[in-house]
Formats: sequence, structure tokens, C-alpha cells
Amino acid sequence: MSALLEVGDLSVNYGRVEAVRAVSLTVQSGEIATVIGANGAGKTSLLAAIMGLLPSRGRVVFDGQDLVRVPAEERVAMGISLVPEQRDLFGTMSVADNLALGAFRRGRAEIPARLERVYALFPRLEERHRQEAGTLSGGERQMLAMGRALMAKPRLLMLDEPSLGLAPLIVRDILQTVSELRDEGVSILLVEQNARAALRIADHGYVMELGAATMRGPAAELAADPRVAEIYLGAAQGMS
Amino acid sequence: MDFTIALFLIQDGIINGAIYALLAVALVLVFAVTRVILIPQGEFVTFAGLSLAAMETGGVPGAVWLLLVLATGAAVMDAGVALRERSPVKAARLAMWNLAPAIAIAAAVLILVPLKLGLAVNVVLCAALIVPMGPYLYRVAFQPLADASVLVLLIASVGAHLALTALGLVLFGAEGYRTSPVVSGSFQIGPLFVTGQSLLVVGATLALLAGLALFFGRTLIGKALKASAINRRGARLVGIPTMLSGRIAFAMAAAIGVVSAVLVAPLTTLYYDSGFIIGLKGFVAAIIGGLGAYPAAVAAALAVGLLEAFSSFWASAFKEVIVFASILPVLLWRSLTSTHSDEED
Repeated sequence: MSALLEVGDLSVNYGRVEAVRAVSLTVQSGEIATVIGANGAGKTSLLAAIMGLLPSRGRVVFDGQDLVRVPAEERVAMGISLVPEQRDLFGTMSVADNLALGAFRRGRAEIPARLERVYALFPRLEERHRQEAGTLSGGERQMLAMGRALMAKPRLLMLDEPSLGLAPLIVRDILQTVSELRDEGVSILLVEQNARAALRIADHGYVMELGAATMRGPAAELAADPRVAEIYLGAAQGMS
Repeated sequence: MDFTIALFLIQDGIINGAIYALLAVALVLVFAVTRVILIPQGEFVTFAGLSLAAMETGGVPGAVWLLLVLATGAAVMDAGVALRERSPVKAARLAMWNLAPAIAIAAAVLILVPLKLGLAVNVVLCAALIVPMGPYLYRVAFQPLADASVLVLLIASVGAHLALTALGLVLFGAEGYRTSPVVSGSFQIGPLFVTGQSLLVVGATLALLAGLALFFGRTLIGKALKASAINRRGARLVGIPTMLSGRIAFAMAAAIGVVSAVLVAPLTTLYYDSGFIIGLKGFVAAIIGGLGAYPAAVAAALAVGLLEAFSSFWASAFKEVIVFASILPVLLWRSLTSTHSDEED
């Protein structure tokens, strides 16, 4: 395995507040890496900076290429896709149009094949393809956001809190799909508050606290660590 | 007022309303994609109209020089950005990309115009001159501010308008011009005297609106523009470059300006500074329509045209006052009924 994404000493500032402090992490090709941590730990800012949506300091190297001057749109073309926490769907456009735009950088010719693949992963989206994205349920919106990202045929898929606000059964389905994607060779960077679920499917894990990566290691080891269990329990209390 | 006069005013109002509808649609389009309230939209109309008038007499329109000035500005700015990244090759390439089309168009105009090849060729040349000004203007005046607030963009827009009007005076002179109608002749329906040009105005407006609906509904690039308007961040996340959307929106606005000019230049005398008042009426329509929806803007534009026609009959001295004052109750009503929505949602 080789490193597909290498993040070195990445920092993000909002004015004087340092949301991400010198975080380093690696996503190997064909693995699921997860970043867990409480609300406000800087996980979302970290993903936004890797995507190029937020200005940051430090190194982001994708497949050997330095991304410092590459704008977010070009990172999409290079094979990085982000499914943001707010989904950022095109609410007044149909499900099919949202998906077609997901393949904007791939070109019209590739749309039918990609669409078939996404509909196979999420049959519900095919049933609703004419419906406006804004009228979908929470789970369907998450499926659409993931489907739209997959239309770009990413090599690295970054997911920000895919389980947020969803019923446990739907969370299980979505995480199941995430492992299937890994088995197909898509590398995944998964950010989750639901640490237990994330560590169960991930290969490697990082714990973020107050903007810094405080722990790292194979997912199974992290899951067994008592300090992680403590953080996880804290998160569970926060969610109940 | 008798029935005949009412019919005449309605006809007049619909013709003016159709022109305002084009302007309003261009404003809504540009605002939705870039959040710029495009005050210089009126300049696209006047510069296109004055260029057509100049070409009709075989004279080279001043817009040629304006195009070259804007292209040079865009080239310098693009090259500057590349030089700050220390890549002179990229700087040279970007400068060429900006300058080459403008030089080619200018050369074509300088060679072809004196030959007086007729209206169709003139319209094509006029479009080739004015449409690229849209993206160049976006590059020079708005792209560096792409993430600024609506107010800052509006101030830049006013600045661009003032600069363009001043350049218009230098390039076209203070005299007003009118072109000969695209469709000559007229006929009578009952008591109404209908000119061919006025039918063309209504027909062309309808065709353009239908074309826009098809563009946004059927083509991937049209959907991408619409997506940039609905959710800017979502658009970036699927790889739609905001900058490209901005340039396309401005090119379309300039193209709509050219169509408006072909329609309106034979009906009214255009001066270098006529754009502001024409644009302002389109703006009133766009605001009444809520700056968001095309059908609402078109309906509001027709209302503005009719209001203008009838107030010019009843109180001609106050015609402009009535039209512009009509925005106040609408704004008041809107601010009371609508909830504030965030710019980015």
C-alpha cells in the first residue's frame, strides 16, 4: 500500500481562533481512515481544508502532487470528493440533475455508466430520480450527497458525519456502503462523532481534540483503548 | 381616454415591457450566479446599439477600442496572478488567451465594416464585439471580489458603470443615434397600427426567454450555472469553477444586451449614457420580481412597461417618477412579508 493522501502540519485559522492545529495524517490507498472526536474538535475544518474550501497552512499532498495552489474545483477533477455535513445539495433541482452535475468534470458521455453504478448502490435514488432534492428525507439526502460525490468517480472520498441525524438502520446501511466502496478500491477518509461505528469499519483511526490529532493507530487498537472509550462515551451522552 | 388610445398604450407598454423583460432577465441571471447587481447591463445595450449605428454608415465603432482595453486589463490581471505564483510560462499563456480573441475580433471588424456587408453581418460583428466584453468585465471588475459581500459587489458595479459611461462618451461621442429597423413596414389590425419592428421585439423576446428555459433545463452547462446559483459550495464540490460560471453569466448578459440593442435601437435614439435609465427600468422589474425568478421578473417587466405607457399619457412629466416610485411599495411589502434569508445556504 502507498499513501494516497498525506497531510502534514495542517493548520486552519478563523481569525485568531485556531480550529485545526498542525494536524498530520495519512490515507493509504484502498483503506478507510477515520477521524473521530467530539463536536467542535475541528474535524469539519480539517476536511474543508483538505478539499481546498478553507485557506490553510501546511502540506496537502495527493498522489504525490502538492495541492497548495490547486483550487477546490480542480481537486475534484484530480479525484478528491467531499460529502459535506450540510450535504450542499441543489435543492430545487431533481435527483437525476443533482447526480448528473456530480459528473460535471467527467463529461456527459460518462454520465449513464456512473448513474447505473450509483443507482445500483442506492436503488432508492432511482425510484426518486424525478423528485426535487429538497423534498427528500434525511437518509435519502445523505444517499444523494454520496451518490453525487461518487458520480465524479473519486479516488479519495471524504465523508463528513454521514450518520448525523439519521436513524440507526439507515446509518448501518450507509456505513455498509462505505465498506463496499473501499472493497472496490475507493480510499475513504471518514469523519464521525459516532466513534464506535466508525472504528468498526475503518482500518486506521485518528482522534482529534481541540484542533489537534492526539491519538492515532490501527482502528481495532484505538477501539480497545480506554481513553478512546471515554471520549466515545462522552459523545454518546452528548447525542442522547 | 377612449378604447383606441388604451389599445395603443397597451401596445406601447408591451413593447417597452418586452425590452425591460430582457434586461430584467439578464440582471436576475447575473445576480443569481455571481451576486452582482449588474448596473452596466444598460451599457451593453447602448454600446451595442451605437456600434450598430456606426457600422450602418460604414464607420468603425469605438467599441473596438473598448474591447481591446478590457482584454488588455484582463490579460494583465491574469498574468499578474500567474507571476505571483512564479510561473512566467503560464502568465504568457493566460495573457495570450485573453488578448488573441479580442485582437482577432478587432481585426475582423476593422476589415469587414468598411465593406458595408449589410445588417446581418453587422449584427454578427456587433455580437462578436460586445459579448466578450461581458467576461472581460467580469475578470477585471468582479472576479477579484468574488467572495465579497453583495454591497461591495454593488459598489464595484456602480464603479464599472461610471467608468464605462465615461469611456462611452470618449468612444462614441455625445451625439445620439438610431438605426434603421430590422423589419421595415407596418400594418393595421382594427384600429391598431402595428410596425414590423414592434412585432419583432415581442417575438424575439419570447424566443429568447424560451431559449433560456431550454438552456437551463436541458444542457449540462446550463444546469451547472443554475447549480452555482442554488448552492455555491455544492457547485464547487462537484467541480464547477465559480469563475467559469461568472464568465458565462456575464457573456450571456452581454449577449442579451446585444439582442435588446438590435430590438430597441430602431425605436429610440440612443446616447452614450442612455443605458442607465433603460437598465434602471429593467432593475425595477427585476426587484419587483424578487431578483430570483425569471417568470416573476418577466411579468414585472410587462407591468413596468404598461405603467410607463399609461403614466406617460396621464402625467407625462411624472412618467419616470411614477415608474421608479412604484418600487417603494413593493419593497415595503416584501420587507414586511418575506423572512430574511442568508446569502449562503
